[in-house]
Amino acid sequence: MTTQPLLSVKDIRKTYGDRIGCSDVSFDLYPGEVMGIVGESGSGKSTLLNCMAGHLPPDSGQVLFDTRDRGMVDTLTMSEPERRMLSRTDWAFVHQHARDGLRMGVSAGGNVGERLMAVGARNYGNIRTQAIDWLDRVEINEDRVDDKPSAFSGGMQQRLQIARNLVTGPRLVFMDEPTGGLDVSVQARLLDLLRGLVREMGLSAIIVTHDLAVVRLLADRLMVMKSGRVVEHGLTDQVLDDPQHAYTQLLVSSVLQV
Amino acid sequence: MIKIDNLSKSFTLHNQGSAVIPVMQGATFEVAPGECVALTGNSGAGKSTLMRMIYGNYLSASGHIWVGETDVATAEPREIIALRRATLGYVSQFLRVVPRVPTLEVVAEPLLTVGVDKETAFAKARDLLARLNIPETLWGLSPTTFSGGEQQRVNIARGFAHDYPAMLLDEPTASLDATNRETVLSLIEEAKARGAAIIGIFHDAPARERVADREINVSDFTPAQAA
Repeated sequence: MTTQPLLSVKDIRKTYGDRIGCSDVSFDLYPGEVMGIVGESGSGKSTLLNCMAGHLPPDSGQVLFDTRDRGMVDTLTMSEPERRMLSRTDWAFVHQHARDGLRMGVSAGGNVGERLMAVGARNYGNIRTQAIDWLDRVEINEDRVDDKPSAFSGGMQQRLQIARNLVTGPRLVFMDEPTGGLDVSVQARLLDLLRGLVREMGLSAIIVTHDLAVVRLLADRLMVMKSGRVVEHGLTDQVLDDPQHAYTQLLVSSVLQV
Repeated sequence: MIKIDNLSKSFTLHNQGSAVIPVMQGATFEVAPGECVALTGNSGAGKSTLMRMIYGNYLSASGHIWVGETDVATAEPREIIALRRATLGYVSQFLRVVPRVPTLEVVAEPLLTVGVDKETAFAKARDLLARLNIPETLWGLSPTTFSGGEQQRVNIARGFAHDYPAMLLDEPTASLDATNRETVLSLIEEAKARGAAIIGIFHDAPARERVADREINVSDFTPAQAA
């Protein structure tokens, strides 16, 4: 096991005034790994995700990414054009609310094609073909390609957002509560889809959620946060079945059995 | 293939007055390739706990669990993931799957994750499902709606899809009828014949006598305070 990490996070700290957003967070993520981050609201998991994804500048720390051309580079100090390019190619971000990740005034096909154009695709026919191919993979019928996302259901919007994000073949996907706010049958469909894509494309992913069932099905590893700090991390089933920290024990025992 | 060395385990219940419950102490034994060892002992003696520790599902307090070249007791999560993918299989008593995934894919998945091509993986899955008498009409449906016995058989088919060099079997013949029980026992014998090291829990005594080469009484590893 000598492969180097795809992402290496070192001592991330973010404060809001004198309140701690997150602090002392460090971990390595390897190619093909899916890591879940759980914790109650206000535990700092979204702050951490936004710091890693470059949406929020942390006060200190490093987010090293194994870039294709330069190897491990700190994405927090890289130039703005370089970071923008990274977030269009090797990185993807799936928002909890699909409308934050979609252009609501642009057609479904346009939403997917736009990301391709951002990395230099110019042939309209090819872009449309690829867009339709991706809509099909996320189970959106070809005849909806010219409809705007505002005419889609919540579950379809979320699947469209995933297609838009994955069309450029990213290596790392950040997901913020990807199944939040969807009803359970739609959640199951989305989980099945994400799991298939992760396996086929060899994606690495970081998923923030408060739903322990979601992480059990999707994540290899789990990090538990409380009050801005990581209180426990390890293999997902180990953390859920044999939790060591008092907070994790409380969290796991609070889940309603179905 | 599997070597347990001076293994111990305790549970700390933080939300119940931080009670510390020691459950295992000084567990030591080995399982060779092609050998099947049955864990015995009363209910609560720690048979399932020991299996879960070997699978990396429960943390060990001290000691070592060698499975091939990996010490599960001290390995990084990604090393355990790699071990589970290729080397160490586990047939639990409960099937846990993503809803909506067809049975055939559930069974073929362990093969697909180790890089076996789709055609070979699905052929093997079909073969196992047929041997375990799951009607072909059900193969395209998710097992979440199946009866308990059918789910158990799908779980066994999935567990035996990939030829793991080491396997953990938790009550593999529970709730099976005579025909299917016979099939599962043959699957275990075939796995032994190809050199798999197997640790099993069998409450079904005739089954245990047939497939197990040795028995290990887990009560021997139970700390005095907990007994």
